[in-house]
Amino acid sequence: MSVSDSITAGFLPLLDSAILVAARERGFAEEEGIALTLARETSWANIRDRIAVGHFEMAHMLAPMPIAANLGLTPMRLDLIAPMSLGLGGNAVTVSRNLWAAMAGEGAARPDDPGVIGAALRGVIQTRRRKGEDPLRFGVVHPHSGHNFELRYWLAGCGIDPERDVEILIVPPPLTADAMAAGRIDGFCVGEPWNSVAVAAGLAHIATVKAAIWRSSPEKVLGVRADWAREHGAVLARLLRALHRASVWCGEADNHEELADLLSAPAYLNQPAALLRGALDGELETGGGTWRFPDFFVPAQKAAIFPWQSHALWFYSQMVRWGQVPHSAENAETARRSFRPDIYRAALEPLGVPLPAASMKVEGALAVPTPVGVSAGQLVLGPDGFFDGAIFDPVHLDAYIASQRSAFR
Amino acid sequence: MTPKQLSILVIDENTIRASIIEAGLREAGHGQVTLVHDVHAIARRVSEVQPDVIVIDLENPNRDMLENMFNLSRAVKRPIAMFVDRSDQAAIEAAVDAGVSAYVVDGLRQERVKPILDMAISRFNAFSRMERELEDARNELESRKVIDKAKGILMRSKGLSEDEAYQLLRRTAMNQNRKISEIAQSLITASELLGGG
Repeated sequence: MSVSDSITAGFLPLLDSAILVAARERGFAEEEGIALTLARETSWANIRDRIAVGHFEMAHMLAPMPIAANLGLTPMRLDLIAPMSLGLGGNAVTVSRNLWAAMAGEGAARPDDPGVIGAALRGVIQTRRRKGEDPLRFGVVHPHSGHNFELRYWLAGCGIDPERDVEILIVPPPLTADAMAAGRIDGFCVGEPWNSVAVAAGLAHIATVKAAIWRSSPEKVLGVRADWAREHGAVLARLLRALHRASVWCGEADNHEELADLLSAPAYLNQPAALLRGALDGELETGGGTWRFPDFFVPAQKAAIFPWQSHALWFYSQMVRWGQVPHSAENAETARRSFRPDIYRAALEPLGVPLPAASMKVEGALAVPTPVGVSAGQLVLGPDGFFDGAIFDPVHLDAYIASQRSAFR
Repeated sequence: MTPKQLSILVIDENTIRASIIEAGLREAGHGQVTLVHDVHAIARRVSEVQPDVIVIDLENPNRDMLENMFNLSRAVKRPIAMFVDRSDQAAIEAAVDAGVSAYVVDGLRQERVKPILDMAISRFNAFSRMERELEDARNELESRKVIDKAKGILMRSKGLSEDEAYQLLRRTAMNQNRKISEIAQSLITASELLGGG
């Protein structure tokens, strides 16, 4: 194709930038006539600011970021949409070796059983309190992040008050291992490869993973400036098709070695390929042996890049739960409409790939892989359970928010 | 009555650039300027200094931490917002282009803060220009060394005068539409490969 549209997308050095990196490096964007430039950034604040001033048209973003921007929680006026997710899962909760030893003494063992791990952590916290020691400190990457919300959801579900029993700080992903080495934090919830980096440095133990706290759960999205999307609908549709193809490529196990190589380059993650490979295959070195986590990071299968509005509403429910925004029907609607399955469907419809017919689903309802209604072909979703067996039905948002208010808030 | 002096905190891991900004602010009559280079000291320094204005470089990975701190009333006693007022798009663009961001304590009047940000922006831009010029000068020096070495090779192997050697390099560069330093580097590499270096 001779005509080429230029798009610049910002990203942070994280495993789930994979789909964007593959779209550029494997030529999927070019096949759609798009010259895709990827710009690595050092903070989510920079991503936001550079989108706001037009340096970037779009970016790899924490899924709650567009919601927070549209709700006016960001320092500058910015309307964003999420017409695509960039995969499911990919995070872990990692603790210092000292904390893990204490947790093991309280019965912590299998990292795929967050309930038991959390009970052990609660035991450690109670002991520390009796001895008059300082609260444990956990790092997350951003207040409006899946990491913050899944860490808090897990803690609260295990009887630990995230506001009083621990201290939660913001630590940039590449600095998590350093912060732990310096004793500034006892644990963190972050995306790969930064858990594996801390484990490889001999500092840490992976306690549990996002996929065990909430299986098949949303993490990053493609965040696009709303006015740019309105004016460049056709270009955006072509890019979404390119990203769809890139996601399918990333999802093939046979391509993981090459994908790990691509991501390891200095311009992207700048980490050894061997350290990235495990997360792509769902096999992590926990610090106490290699563990296989089903659906650890899902870039393609199970409609992994479909921007479910039920995901948007779950994030919103947690923003309300932790006091970031007051609940109102209007705010909920703004959150829901931040995710745009309509744009996704219109862009991918010509490809004849299976598209979910619904824009929302009951989260946590599927105990086993289940075929669902689609436009064409076949689509299997789930399992998608929360570790505590809870169900989030977006139709009963008010009741869900009310039920969480009684626990700790 | 003159208003109380503003307390300004400059967060920049680049110590030279931070000093340049500090000097600019002092020249403009701001006496209370604090510099922080160590990213880990940010939280403590903010609570100690209680700044009215915070200037931070965009390369700093701790902006997310800093912004979160401003949202937590227990960490900072006074509410702080991003300076870039929602209505002032030009100021936002100029700041981001220059690679700097600023935060101010709530309620501070725009006209008191604007000159500070303008100062930071112009000093950031001046610093980038200085770095570019330094880089250019370094490249210039490097290519002059390469050309001298290539001239030496030609003088020895072809028995040319220095001027003739230079003219030969220049003509070849023009014919091939390349830089003289590139031709000189090729010659040095070739000569080394042939064992004549």
